[in-house]
Amino acid sequence: MNAETTATAPEPAAGDDVLLRVENLVKYFPVQSAALFRRDREFVHAVDGVNLEVRRGQTLGLVGETGCGKSTLARCILRLYNLTSGRITFDGRDITKLKPRQMRPYRREMQMIFQDPYGSLNPRRRVGSIIGDPFAIHKTATGQERKRKVQEVMELVGLNPEHFNRFPAEFSGGQRQRIGVARALAFRPKLIVCDEPVSALDVSIQAQIINLLADLQKELGLTYLFIAHDLSVVRHVSNRVAVMYLGQVTELAPVDELWAHPRHPYTDALLSAVPIPDPDKAGQRERIILAGDVPSPISPPSGCRFHPRCPKAAPTCVERDPVLEPRLGDEADHLAACHFPVEDGEDISKSRPTISAEDRVIESGLLGSA
Amino acid sequence: MALNIPQASEEAHAGSAPKAGADLAVVAKKIEGRSPWRLATQRLLHDKASMISLSVIVFIILVAIFAPVVAAIVGHGPNQQFYAPIGLNANGQPLGPSSHFLLGTDTLGRDILVRIAYGTRVSLIVGVLASVISVATGAIVGLAAGYFGGITDTLLARLMDWLLAIPFLLLAISLVTVIGPGLVVLLIVIGFLGWASVGRIIRGQVLSIREKEYVEAARSLGAGPWRIMFIDILPNVIAPIIVYTSLLIPVSIVAEASLSFLNVGIPPPTADWGAMIADSQSVFEYGAWWYLVFPSLALLITTLAFNIFGDGVRDAFDPRGGQLFV
Repeated sequence: MNAETTATAPEPAAGDDVLLRVENLVKYFPVQSAALFRRDREFVHAVDGVNLEVRRGQTLGLVGETGCGKSTLARCILRLYNLTSGRITFDGRDITKLKPRQMRPYRREMQMIFQDPYGSLNPRRRVGSIIGDPFAIHKTATGQERKRKVQEVMELVGLNPEHFNRFPAEFSGGQRQRIGVARALAFRPKLIVCDEPVSALDVSIQAQIINLLADLQKELGLTYLFIAHDLSVVRHVSNRVAVMYLGQVTELAPVDELWAHPRHPYTDALLSAVPIPDPDKAGQRERIILAGDVPSPISPPSGCRFHPRCPKAAPTCVERDPVLEPRLGDEADHLAACHFPVEDGEDISKSRPTISAEDRVIESGLLGSA
Repeated sequence: MALNIPQASEEAHAGSAPKAGADLAVVAKKIEGRSPWRLATQRLLHDKASMISLSVIVFIILVAIFAPVVAAIVGHGPNQQFYAPIGLNANGQPLGPSSHFLLGTDTLGRDILVRIAYGTRVSLIVGVLASVISVATGAIVGLAAGYFGGITDTLLARLMDWLLAIPFLLLAISLVTVIGPGLVVLLIVIGFLGWASVGRIIRGQVLSIREKEYVEAARSLGAGPWRIMFIDILPNVIAPIIVYTSLLIPVSIVAEASLSFLNVGIPPPTADWGAMIADSQSVFEYGAWWYLVFPSLALLITTLAFNIFGDGVRDAFDPRGGQLFV
């Protein structure tokens, strides 16, 4: 897949009709402690105040490192978890506090494609039964009718409908992911959350699945929230991209804008990490290497969470939490949460942080790159 | 729906490639899944020890079903007493095996062969039904405890631990003494006291399966907890359930025989192996070895056959190398 190709996602839908709106979503998980009663319980700040909008018919890409909260966010949106606080509005209706029974009709309209093609299918059930599950659960079709619909959707995703009776173990990884897609499509939902749908697949198969998803979006008018950590994939499929770090969105912009004018140093570092196939060009560019690892989400850093690793960190960054808003005169749809955003043409590998040593991550020789 | 989607090029033929000359149309018509059941059955059929014990079990079942036929052939009823000098000797003691009574008579002059045949019915009915009750209860409780977690799990798990700590015989004797003897009471007592060990195993399995992604997928589709338990989780724990059932049958049979031996089982005059063994003690010192030996042999052979078959079933679901009996 050529990283230079522009996004193939469809044109923005008429008006920016918002299908899914997430406001200040917070999800904390309590840490299990050995003591019977703890005075101050600790929490894992999995998602700490996320605001997102997904417009109808479009794809919002969501990138971030492992552990930044993308999957938790996806599951919160689908109400597989209860929120600690915040609001989710789906198709104009507030679904934050719905009980499981009230949530059931919405489950027909929002579905998920899981990351692991081997784990997300029950090995003891036949594929026809797995794909037919939505019909059985919501009691919309039985017997021959259900079989017909299942075979219809199997054909839609490129599977042989006669493999209805096979077990998942008899399929390859790419085919299993297609089964997962088929299961998600059974009710022709409005929103599909793709939680790293291609991460576990071979690169050549990734291309097939991504093209499948793109074709389905065109044909059925689907809306995607596409979560991934592979930037090239996200660039190919998204209209807009949100970058997450340690439970918060650090930058949100249309895809080409993000690649051309990254504002947040984290985004800049991520983009510099994308491999370039040409070894000569790769040797010429400056890699921005971030020092250290992602801090623990149990006690996130104060102020801007990125400050311990940021090449441009200043005392302001330690004290004040930056707001996600347009910076440096950008358009209203390009938001960044940074006190000292990256200017066009600035090379932050040359920057040095000006914060005190204990606020910074120091690893010998790895602060920025020479 | 004419989309130009590239067909999945990697085909999983998985052993379904037709042989040369086979009718391709027939093969293509119905593509069967190669289910784990079929594999397990294949393994079981190739296990000689299991097949021998299975034939013994089938024989025992036939004896149980056709016990009246046995009685008719021999000409003696199961409760028909033969007095001296036909069934008992001059002193009123049992007669040994002869052409008239193939396995001898008991203290009341009844035909031991026929009574053993009728005793098979009791043992099998109690053995199989009590196991099924145990496993069904244990599976449901294990599923609920494992899946719901929280306070439900705590309560049910403690209940199972409590039941496992109680000595079976003491509780069984107490219950039967209080409620009164009978077949149904026996079934409930043996079945109810055996479910705890099954429940613990199932609960452990469910705790790990609950975290799998396909369970999460089912929840995201809107499935309720009971549907998930029975349709998604249960098929993955069915293997230990089946193994447990087949291993629990001989345990139940012996439990029933023990209770009857202690005179808290099936009330007389119903023919029952345990009762016969108990009864034989009184005349054993007078040399009536047949009354002790033959019912004991029947119990031994039945239990052994079910045990070996149960081992075979377990190996069929979970094959390991280096089996003792090929």
